[in-house]
Amino acid sequence: MSGPVRATPKETVLRSASREVVIGHGRRFCLIGERINPTGRRIFQEQLRSGDLSAIERDVKAQVEGGADVLDINMGVPLTDEADLLERAIRMVQGLTDLPVCIDSSVVEALEAGLAAYEGRALVNSVTAEDERLAQVLPLVKKYDAAVIALPNDADEIPMEADKRLVLTGKIIDVATKEYGIDAADIVIDPLAMPIGADTSMVTTTLETMQRVRDEFGVNMTCGASNVSFGMPARHTLGAAYLPIAMYAGLTSAIMDARTPQIVDAVKAADLLLNHDEWGMAWIAAHRARQAEAV
Amino acid sequence: MSTPEEILQGLYDDTLVGNAPRVLELTHEGLELGMEPQSMLFDALIPSLEEVGARFERGDFFVPEMLIAGRAMAGAMEVLRPLLAETGVETVGTFVMGTVKGDVHDIGKNLVNIMLEGAGFEVIDLGVQVAPEKFIAAIEEHHPDIVGFSAFLTTTMPMFKANMNALEKAGLRDSVIVMVGGAPVTQEYADAVGADGYAADASATVKRAKALLQERRAKVPA
Repeated sequence: MSGPVRATPKETVLRSASREVVIGHGRRFCLIGERINPTGRRIFQEQLRSGDLSAIERDVKAQVEGGADVLDINMGVPLTDEADLLERAIRMVQGLTDLPVCIDSSVVEALEAGLAAYEGRALVNSVTAEDERLAQVLPLVKKYDAAVIALPNDADEIPMEADKRLVLTGKIIDVATKEYGIDAADIVIDPLAMPIGADTSMVTTTLETMQRVRDEFGVNMTCGASNVSFGMPARHTLGAAYLPIAMYAGLTSAIMDARTPQIVDAVKAADLLLNHDEWGMAWIAAHRARQAEAV
Repeated sequence: MSTPEEILQGLYDDTLVGNAPRVLELTHEGLELGMEPQSMLFDALIPSLEEVGARFERGDFFVPEMLIAGRAMAGAMEVLRPLLAETGVETVGTFVMGTVKGDVHDIGKNLVNIMLEGAGFEVIDLGVQVAPEKFIAAIEEHHPDIVGFSAFLTTTMPMFKANMNALEKAGLRDSVIVMVGGAPVTQEYADAVGADGYAADASATVKRAKALLQERRAKVPA
């Protein structure tokens, strides 16, 4: 007996000037470090507004040390020239680390400025299934040979059913591949992780979406991991339980704070348990590194 | 049969723990006993929601607890609101609330709504993705004291200005207090778009809303 044909798993290749990171099913999970972002940080915002980007250095260091594979860069400060800030931040980050970047903005001009400044193959965060957004963002993805995170929601709502999310995922992949000549491997779907505190039935919907996106399209997926635990106590414990379950359902990367060892360790353990870490070499190496540090 | 005191205590306790079916039952029971709707509202439901808000602010209560307490109160209010209107009991104020066009985030807004209802405001929630014309229509229909625009994204915050322009154009700017809020919003941004008030969180919103109402009422003698 044979089940439905599974789509071939796809690999998303990101590159800095000197390092390549591959996101893929069956590979080690990709941690996209998220804290290079001024949202909700008053002091950082003030600094950026006055043109002082120095705090970025500390944030980059913390994410790299925490084990990030890719760095998400967001410069969304209201009442500023976000394009200029993002361009400068991208140039600065390239000098600080060789990790590839995820250029994060909902301002199209800022995305373009960031992409133009980046020497490598970046991940763009993000596009939705709205026609207007697709028409604005996808040409940039093609022009700068980048990959893109896509959210399966349209103008009306965030769909609460997996079916609708699958339809919108199909639409995004169709438009990107057929109209813009973007490889499906360069589309990373965000299956929309919703806060468990707002509705305890939503995570299973997201997990179902992940399984079906993997099986039907084979594309990679990412999500804002900290969203899930919003408004709940013991958030890191929830994150550490959520990601391994999501990884089993097909999630291949997450945008998360790499400074949370409890969650990072849970992901590394899941990599081993799901056979994404052959012979447990990464798991053992991490243990040795900790031992060496303790001496 | 319970006594009115027991009903009030029950309404308070069961709203606090978010037991919506029990709160609804007690509301009906209270009405059958001939209790005043405003007594149930002001002596039980509002104090209970205030306590919920205080616990949330202290970090003792979490988002789901806020949401189920709000739901419990909303169930009772569906029964009580028409009766309160009949008896001409004045609400603290009326608040039209919505997440701006292009934005689908609603948890923060919903928490603010709960706190406002808990403080005695009548809240008309327009939901998410609310276009300027929809805000205008709701203001024309409900004549609220305050309208609240919520945005979670730096890209959707400019809709505040679009909404303000729509208010001006409809000649409604001076008839309603405008409050704005949401994760990326700051006082500075609120000032830049010409809003009357901003608050950083749900309980600050309630305080600010009350203060703005008082200012407005002091200026315009009834």
